[in-house]
Amino acid sequence: MSVELAHYLTVGAMIFGAGIAIALSKRNAIAVLMGVELMLNGVNLTFLAFSRFGGAFDSAEAPLAGHVFVVFVLTVAAAEAAVALAMAVLIYRRRETVDLDRINLMRW
Amino acid sequence: MDSAGIIVAFWLLSAIAVGSAVGVFLARNLIHAVMLLVLSFVATAGLFVTLSADFIAAAQVLIYAGAIPVLMVFAVMLTPLAGRDNGNSLYVVPGVLLGGAFAVIVAIVAIDAEWGAAGAAALAGQSFATTADAIGDALMGRYVLAFEVASVLLLAALIGAIVLVREDEPA
Amino acid sequence: MSTLRMGRRLPQRTVPRALMALGALVALGFVAVNAAIGYVVIDGRLDGQWYDVRDLGIGVQELREWLDDRNADQPGFLDFLGQHWISYAVTALLGATGILSVVGGALLILIWVERRLIGRMQIRRGPNRVGPYGLLQPVADAVKLIQKEVLMPRGADKVLFLLPPALIFIPMIVAWGPIPWGRQMAYLDIHVGILFLIAISSLTTLVIFMAGWSSNNHYALLGAMRTIAMMISYEIPLSIALLSVVLLSGSMQLSTIVEWQSTHNVWLAALLPLAMFTFFFSSTAELNRTPNDIAEAESEIVAGFHTEYSGMKFGLIFVVELGNTLVVAALTGTLFLGGWSLFGLEEWIPGYLILGAKISAAYFLLVWLRGTLPRFRLDQLMKFAWQFLIPLSLINLLVVAAQASIFARWQVEGVVSLGLFAIVNWAAAIILVREWARRMGYRPEREAVRQPILTQGVGGLQAARRLGASELGTRA
Repeated sequence: MSVELAHYLTVGAMIFGAGIAIALSKRNAIAVLMGVELMLNGVNLTFLAFSRFGGAFDSAEAPLAGHVFVVFVLTVAAAEAAVALAMAVLIYRRRETVDLDRINLMRW
Repeated sequence: MDSAGIIVAFWLLSAIAVGSAVGVFLARNLIHAVMLLVLSFVATAGLFVTLSADFIAAAQVLIYAGAIPVLMVFAVMLTPLAGRDNGNSLYVVPGVLLGGAFAVIVAIVAIDAEWGAAGAAALAGQSFATTADAIGDALMGRYVLAFEVASVLLLAALIGAIVLVREDEPA
Repeated sequence: MSTLRMGRRLPQRTVPRALMALGALVALGFVAVNAAIGYVVIDGRLDGQWYDVRDLGIGVQELREWLDDRNADQPGFLDFLGQHWISYAVTALLGATGILSVVGGALLILIWVERRLIGRMQIRRGPNRVGPYGLLQPVADAVKLIQKEVLMPRGADKVLFLLPPALIFIPMIVAWGPIPWGRQMAYLDIHVGILFLIAISSLTTLVIFMAGWSSNNHYALLGAMRTIAMMISYEIPLSIALLSVVLLSGSMQLSTIVEWQSTHNVWLAALLPLAMFTFFFSSTAELNRTPNDIAEAESEIVAGFHTEYSGMKFGLIFVVELGNTLVVAALTGTLFLGGWSLFGLEEWIPGYLILGAKISAAYFLLVWLRGTLPRFRLDQLMKFAWQFLIPLSLINLLVVAAQASIFARWQVEGVVSLGLFAIVNWAAAIILVREWARRMGYRPEREAVRQPILTQGVGGLQAARRLGASELGTRA
């Protein structure tokens, strides 16, 4: 028995699926952000699995391209979390709620 | 064939990662959800280690387990009148269906696909020696433009976050 | 919310007998394994020679090879675990036992050392009743703490309240892994050692929040939030300071950094004074020690995030704080003071003794700071991080980056270039600190504003004579 590429892809897909479910169904804006972070995490796992198994691990021209992608994903995730949480706090100050169902300024 | 250590580590870590990701969905309390999220991220960092990605694993723990949850905790604490429960909206059924369908379909495709020799390669026998050096070289060489853009993005996010939450000066 | 709420009593026996027996068995197993391996190594069973005590890594390596040979000779029924599993398991157990016993023993002694030293600095004796020189005081404290009642605050989040005393232990112990005690004596000599250490130490923040939030107590939550705000602020200058070490030595692996200092015959403290200052000061903030113990501040906010913990849970948190201090001392010794190397003397003196001496020196410095400096205010503390340490360490990082690239290209003797860098860095450090402080509006006072009331020698009498009875009278 051994651990193969498909195993990692499956785990990544499951984490991504959990992220989708959370991001779509939670009311609290911060919880939605958690779902988004989980989705990014599942994608990171997929990137690294392909980088490790896909023969590019020690190719001459672009070694560790998958790893570099993950570095960028981490960067963007940090920036996104900072701005999104700042927006959540700002919305709370204006409307005293972070419930996405009740933030309906754009409806009319 | 991989050694037993890697196999055990993989199954244990993926069980924790997926289980606590589902736990984030099920948790009743927002703080519990954040803690489970951290557990999931740490387990994923462990999975990264089994993939010979030591630098990324350490960065993952630093950013996803150290920095982002702290931001979330602060956001939860700064919104005291909003509910602390991790309630679902009306979209819970389509959300769960979509997420479950995505996971199942990708899993079936991944297991069914013909990955060739690469897909079945053994995990053992790859050293950590090169990752940090090679990532540094790649960032400063091939991907230097993206690197610079990322730094501009970080600066913009920093300034943006400060401007957003700044209280107005008392007149 | 009333702060004087009564806690609920937990049942007297919180740990089942079976678990206690298991713990005792594990401890006995550790001792037995250590004794057996010590016997094999010291008795020369391996190939009949005394193993070099300068570096215990050599003995362990021999042991691994010997075990591998045995394993290859007689294929066993557990071979599906891989070829080297026995030697890996034995080495891992041996290293873990070593770290746990050394750190645990050191902690017990350090409680006594720290209290005695602080006592001396504050012109009192410190613990001196239990055992000779009060040496058994930590044991007495531990017995007292274990006997105390374990309280669970009403309305506390049970799981999150019980986890932190155990979880907070993990980063402290794991941080000892990458620290090399000799040429081959690192338990976890990973290539991203410094990043690993920063990542591990950042996990403490969340554990502290867990403890503070789950206590259902305003003081605990306030203390936790203060700690977190302080820790994430000071993590930035800390990381930048460590980054300059990485730049100059060209590696994140701790053993390579020590090797670099050993081959160039220089301590990084001499080359990077500002980085070392930043590291040291930021880590006192990370550790919640005076002058930065604003999170605990006994006189202001009770005790910080662990207000509600009692008995051995409090004891664990307390011990972990001491252990983290020891980790910082070890990191200072390894990264800035040359680690196990001592200008060639490591050929004769075992490396772990050298590192131990350096750790003791750095630890003494930390105790000294705690014994003498007053506490910062919260706003002063934050201002110091964001307006002083971060800009200075960024400028320092730029300078060091330039030096690192010069060092890689300039083909001269290391003495010349490194000496030049040392001079430049010391000058830059002094000028930067002075000028930046002046820019921030700091004016040093040339003379003391007020005469000291108490003098060390005779105490109040002399002071009273100097001040004159009338002034004392009005004061009273």
